[in-house]
Amino acid sequence: MSVIGKYFIFLGTLFGKGEKLSVYWRRLMEECVGIGVSSIFIVAIVSTFIGAVSCIQTAYNLVSPIIPISTVALIVRDMEILELAPTITCIVLAGKVGSNIASELGTMRITEQIDALEVMGINSSSYLVLPKVVAAMLTFPMLVIFSAFLGILGGYLAGTLTGVITERDYLYGIRDSFVPYNIFFMCVKPFVFGFLIASISSFKGFFTSGGALEVGKASTQAVTNSCISILIADYLLAQLLL
Amino acid sequence: MIEINNIYKAFNGKEVLKGISAQFKKGETNLIIGGSGTGKSVLLKCMIGLVKPDQGNVLYNGRDFYHCDKDMQQSIRREMGVLFQGGALFDSKTVEENVRFPLDMLTSQSAEEKQERVAFCLQRVGLEQAAKRMPSEISGGMKKRVGIARAIVMNPAYLFCDEPNSGLDPLTSVKIDELIKEITDEYQITTIIITHDMNSVMEIGENIMFLYQGDKLWEGVNTDITKTTVPELKEFLFSNKLLREMQE
Repeated sequence: MSVIGKYFIFLGTLFGKGEKLSVYWRRLMEECVGIGVSSIFIVAIVSTFIGAVSCIQTAYNLVSPIIPISTVALIVRDMEILELAPTITCIVLAGKVGSNIASELGTMRITEQIDALEVMGINSSSYLVLPKVVAAMLTFPMLVIFSAFLGILGGYLAGTLTGVITERDYLYGIRDSFVPYNIFFMCVKPFVFGFLIASISSFKGFFTSGGALEVGKASTQAVTNSCISILIADYLLAQLLL
Repeated sequence: MIEINNIYKAFNGKEVLKGISAQFKKGETNLIIGGSGTGKSVLLKCMIGLVKPDQGNVLYNGRDFYHCDKDMQQSIRREMGVLFQGGALFDSKTVEENVRFPLDMLTSQSAEEKQERVAFCLQRVGLEQAAKRMPSEISGGMKKRVGIARAIVMNPAYLFCDEPNSGLDPLTSVKIDELIKEITDEYQITTIIITHDMNSVMEIGENIMFLYQGDKLWEGVNTDITKTTVPELKEFLFSNKLLREMQE
């Protein structure tokens, strides 16, 4: 409980007396590149293959003659939009971005770089962490939209190239019974997950003490705790918004 | 002048500082010496506001650091320059950016003014050639000098150095000591140095304070230190075989 309390106090310090807006803008752009742009490659690879596998495995299980084959595309689309793109992508990002944030801040802590900021009278948590949290909340939804697109494209490529579904059926299936609200739901998830990943990882990194071993532990804990919080938040969002 | 009164600090019930009081005068190089784990770094952290003491106060020219409003605390912080043990340079910034960082964050100077000031500070520590290099590309001694340049870029009234000689060869160590002494004299800064280095004690220690297990056991000038009768200080000073032989 004391750790949770400390986490909320830490979140409060992010909004304490800050620096000039131009400083935050520059930091935000740096973090958007570090967190968002540098994650495009891993998101693209994971999403395309998950979409492809979803298509093949759904087709394998749908053997009933009374279910049209276009249903495979419908299922791939809804799986991608509702779960695979937002949740799996964010779990992958928790590994990549979360460990990166925790190890960066942990190293800054043990090498006294954070102390140097504090001695200068700079709100170190706000200066270092707030841009990371905002950047994650801004870039994760974009990455998830990109991931959903590539997932559906992956399903299309795998399905049509292997002959399990025709191009016409796939294109019909992904447009069939489409619910636009699901897109909104898909974008809310990474917004929340981005906040959780960036803030939990920053918290773990920011309060690291000791040496290289502790930085490694903080990084591992950041990923583990982020993944658990994503799964809990995923369930709560599904209950609340669907 | 910096005045510390009855500074007391304990961690998990273990007393680290047991009511330390001292005065550090303007334009003097003040040394805090003692063995490992005697509370030197904790005392320094209490003075610069990184660790809040359980009791006591720290006065900067009469202004109580821990019992004043946040604006006053901020203004005192801006008069401090700190050289950390490992330099504490920002890994993602070049040497020049590291030195310019306090100016970027805390002043509204024009780009030209900042550039001029950074160039002056780098030239002062003899590193104008390394301005564009990253901290990972420079040696330990150079990192310390960049740390000094960053510490003086805001024209501080108080300079704190945490073991400026650690990890350096004797020659570089002497150069760093000389640089700190010159800067202290030149700008009439109140300088406080935490050190183990006996060469620093003998060369630049104008006012020396010896800590032992959280207590101040001795205070004086470097010319008197070898005449001490305090057994703990004698043991500390003459733990080196060469010095012991010289004393004998």
